[in-house]
Amino acid sequence: MRWEAFAYDTAHLIGATVLMMGFGLLYQRRMAAVIRTYAMQAMALSAAAAWQAHIQDAPHLYVTAAIALFFKGIAVPAALQWLVRKLGIHRTVETALGIGPTMVAGVGLVALSIVLVLPVTENAGALTRESLALAMSVVLLGLLMMITRRNAVTQVVGFMALENGLLLGAVGAKGMPLVVEISVAFSVLVAMTLFGIFFFRIRERFDSLDLAYLETYRGDRS
Amino acid sequence: MTPLLWGLLHTWLVVGFAPLTVGLVRLTKARLQGRQGASLVQPYRDLWRLLQKETVVAESSSWLFRFAPYLVFVSVWLAATILPTVTTDMVMTPAADLIALVALLGVARFFTALAGMDVGTPFGGLGASREMFIASLAEPAMLMVIFSLSVLAHTTSPAHLVAFVLSGKVGLEVSVGLALGALLMVAIAENGRIPVDNPTTHLELTMVHEAMVLEYSGRHLALLEAAAMVRLLLFISMIICVFAPWGIALPGDGLHWILIGLLAWIGKVALLAVLLGVFETMVAKMRVFRIADFLGGALLLALLAIVFLYVSEAV
Amino acid sequence: MIIGSAMAVLLLLGIVAVAGRRLHAIHSLVHLACAAVAVVLAADGATYLTGAAQGQIPTVTLPFGLPWMAAHFRLDSLSAFFLMVINIPAALAGLYGSGYVPHLKEPNRVTPLFPLFLFGMNGVLIADDAFVFLVAWEFMSLASWLLVLSDHEREESRHAGAVYLIMAAFGTFCLLAAFGLMAGTGGIYDFAGIRAHPAAGAAAAAVVALTLLGAGSKAGLAPLHVWLPLAHPAAPSHVSALMSGVMTKVALYGLIRVLFDLCPAVGWEWGFVMMLLGGATAVLGVFHALMERDLKTILAYSTVENIGIVFIALGLAAAFRDHGEGALAALALVAALYHLLNHSLFKSLLFFGAGAVITATGRRDLDGLGGLFNRMPITGVCFLVGACAISALPPLNGFVSEWLVFQSLFHGPSVAHWAMRFGVPVVGVMMALAAAFAASCFVRAFGIAFLGKPRSDVARHAEDPPLSMQVAMAVPVIACFCLGVFPVLVSTGISSVVEPLIKVKMPTAILGWPWLSPVSATAGSYSATMVMLTGIALAITTVLVVHHFGNRKIRRAAAWDCGHPEDVPNAQYSADSFSQPQRRVFASTLFAAQEMVEIPPPGDTSPARFKLKMIDPVWDWGYLNIVRAVAGLSGLVNRLQMLTVRQYLLMMFWTLVLLLLLVAGWQS
Repeated sequence: MRWEAFAYDTAHLIGATVLMMGFGLLYQRRMAAVIRTYAMQAMALSAAAAWQAHIQDAPHLYVTAAIALFFKGIAVPAALQWLVRKLGIHRTVETALGIGPTMVAGVGLVALSIVLVLPVTENAGALTRESLALAMSVVLLGLLMMITRRNAVTQVVGFMALENGLLLGAVGAKGMPLVVEISVAFSVLVAMTLFGIFFFRIRERFDSLDLAYLETYRGDRS
Repeated sequence: MTPLLWGLLHTWLVVGFAPLTVGLVRLTKARLQGRQGASLVQPYRDLWRLLQKETVVAESSSWLFRFAPYLVFVSVWLAATILPTVTTDMVMTPAADLIALVALLGVARFFTALAGMDVGTPFGGLGASREMFIASLAEPAMLMVIFSLSVLAHTTSPAHLVAFVLSGKVGLEVSVGLALGALLMVAIAENGRIPVDNPTTHLELTMVHEAMVLEYSGRHLALLEAAAMVRLLLFISMIICVFAPWGIALPGDGLHWILIGLLAWIGKVALLAVLLGVFETMVAKMRVFRIADFLGGALLLALLAIVFLYVSEAV
Repeated sequence: MIIGSAMAVLLLLGIVAVAGRRLHAIHSLVHLACAAVAVVLAADGATYLTGAAQGQIPTVTLPFGLPWMAAHFRLDSLSAFFLMVINIPAALAGLYGSGYVPHLKEPNRVTPLFPLFLFGMNGVLIADDAFVFLVAWEFMSLASWLLVLSDHEREESRHAGAVYLIMAAFGTFCLLAAFGLMAGTGGIYDFAGIRAHPAAGAAAAAVVALTLLGAGSKAGLAPLHVWLPLAHPAAPSHVSALMSGVMTKVALYGLIRVLFDLCPAVGWEWGFVMMLLGGATAVLGVFHALMERDLKTILAYSTVENIGIVFIALGLAAAFRDHGEGALAALALVAALYHLLNHSLFKSLLFFGAGAVITATGRRDLDGLGGLFNRMPITGVCFLVGACAISALPPLNGFVSEWLVFQSLFHGPSVAHWAMRFGVPVVGVMMALAAAFAASCFVRAFGIAFLGKPRSDVARHAEDPPLSMQVAMAVPVIACFCLGVFPVLVSTGISSVVEPLIKVKMPTAILGWPWLSPVSATAGSYSATMVMLTGIALAITTVLVVHHFGNRKIRRAAAWDCGHPEDVPNAQYSADSFSQPQRRVFASTLFAAQEMVEIPPPGDTSPARFKLKMIDPVWDWGYLNIVRAVAGLSGLVNRLQMLTVRQYLLMMFWTLVLLLLLVAGWQS
């Protein structure tokens, strides 16, 4: 096999692993398993970044890979596990739509991103097309996770899975600066802190993190 | 002449080797659980012992009960004769493709379920109901795996799939990985291994396959156990044949290629048997209703495999 | 000629049956005579097909019918094929009926209509203009409607008759509109004229839509299938066999005739729609079959499933043809026709078996049967073969046609449009799910009805039915084996029927005679004969080895009962228990399935009760809402009946003023 074909095939395989972890996030029923799956997705993402650094000969992507590994793969999941234990949050995942229909919707979203990508990038090579399709699928799956989960922690995990998808797309294209990566990392950190505070306040107020309780306090309802 | 000869040898090879494979899986599990474990040839001794025993048949059962074990064993054996193991130059290879193979396994399952219901006890109905529930999701997943392979290789015949993979036209495809994942999940469900079903349980409420054959004894039980062993070897051979066929002899190869094929096959089967034992020890059995999520995931993986083919260069 | 005289004999038999209604033997005689006529018709179709190499297409114009248009009749290879598909089960139904009908409560409501039903069905096949087609179609509908109503004492039969009549009228109306569009502004209603000036553009699209509605509702396409599970079980069993196995095929004949012969400007989008509808029908039908408790309703829903499979194949054929893939279109159409033929045989067989069970026990519900395999050996074996055939088990015929459908599905992605590329795998999933659920459904139906211990006294004393019914069941068994073991012969025959429609001759055996290899030498092949022979060889080897090395003794003893020796047949799995896993996983949302257990308070010795509630989403959310809308609208309009004199005068006044205003506006 030619080196280039092998390089791109491996990149796509790692990207597909990130996507499979995205499906894994939708499949899990226990909170600890969801956080663990997110950690694996982040590690797959860092592997993708590292591989891209190798084949694009862009050493700054190694830094991206390291940031993804330490922040998203180790620190954030640990923080989330601590939050879950500290707040005594439900260990089971509450879903708005059953797991089966959610997975079917996930496959539909992957098909949608492929259908969208196929005509748009006709000029670019088939290899960039596949990376784009994979990245968009991960983003859409993260969004799906946010809308089909009731618990705030799982919604945050969905938001971060969405970020993983954006990063996957960014490392696939050539010439992304490091500045963007650091800002992205900081935004995630900020989001995490805010969410953490939010969780404490919500739970103090309602003794539960089910967002349905927030609805009763909207101004236009009695 | 040579296709007939290789076909005959292959037919006896699969039946002869199947108990050894099961013995290897059991030995791996035993050693991982800290036990000494039975020897590798214990399944042969088990089958012999069952053959020597008297057969006890329930009073309320019909001739279907006595007829089913033979039909089940023959259909699984027939399915195993179609799949190439050592060489693709066999007389039965063009006689049926992968769809027919799935259907032959369906024959075996149909009659095992009916035999379970024939006795008139609740356990038979329990096993039959759960088995058909698992099959109603596992069979479509397998057919979709075959579909994805067909879109890639433009064939459903195992011999031509082997030729396609060996010709190097397919690289490290995402779709192939997804199809492999789906086929592994289906193989676990169809063979009744953990996490779908526990083949060594004696609690009736946790049984699926065992509940259907609960009433069988003697030579009938020997046939059903042998069928289960051949089915396991069949699925392992299928995974090897479709996804890792390097070493299989093609039509026109000489005798030394056949020997290389035999050694390659034995090595791969042993490796997969050990991996199965390790996997079964690592994972716990799922609740019956979670199996629908598991197999639904396999079905969706296969569907994704097809969808990804369109975005890659391969199609 | 022969067909004409056969049709006249059928009409005559109807009159004879009414005239001789006091005689008790008239029922058997009329049914046997119908069987004989059907055999003659089938033989005529067969001789036409085997001698069709001459390319002769006989047509006849008879001077009755509408005054400005005579009645045209035509026999081509498609009609001849369908003559065989329809009349072989019809002959068997006649033979079956000669033993079955005398045992019914009111046989005089059945016997005169049976020949008329056959007359209508055959009339549709040989019609060569719209008038004859529709008259024969209505004959068929009305005769079968009256047959459905023959058991009028039961509330379900009356309800079924009402629903059936409305759906049949709706279907005929759609077909009338379709033929009107095809006739065009020139008013050419004979098919030769329509072939010369086929509809195009928007008119062609409307024709296809209307034909799908009309013929689809008769065939059982979702969501127009709701009458089928009500009407088919309500009729006597031999008529159910004909309605399920044969009348649906006549509807498919109409569809094929319009889509592939009269209006061939069908875009691939319609093929795509047909595929999706077929897939949805298949899954819906078989899922309902899995949830039902009545043997005949299960068989009726299973018909819906198989019609869905035929629609998938027909949709594929239309899509392939529009994209220029002639060989693949021929393959898909051959698969559709093969599955039609197979279904007519094994569904008739299954309905005959159900009829035998009803004659022997008087019960149709699965929970009252059980253990019939020992007591009714012939019926049991025949039903088992039918169940294996419909579950697509090799080496029977059901597997061959489903193999052909799968092969054409697997080549679907070669059509480059993205809708097909994504749609065909989805339809593939639906088809695979339908096939797997069908096997599950028939394990349940056969296992609970025939195996295990008898659950009621009538089941304990069941016996095989009379000889004519047994022969009528045995013939399809042999046919199923033959069609399964000689697929190359049958596909070659069917591909010659398909050739005039698609203009491509599909190769059936590229690798040689024993192997069915329709696409290419490497694309996958199936050799039923080799599989059968190898199977027999392996079976002989197994039996010899086991009996030589093993212990041959068998001892009969009680079944293992886990230490609780109670011989309670109701402890066995019931029909609802068997389908509980599928119901729990799939039916809890869409079908709103709810299981309720009522447990009496402690100390009360009354039994606990298990209640199962399910809805049919198509009926409850579709049809009932339409009925409610129509009722609401008519309620509103009804107020017009109850106005005072002054209000009527007011209405007239306002209408007059409005019209005058319009005239004033027009003038300026």
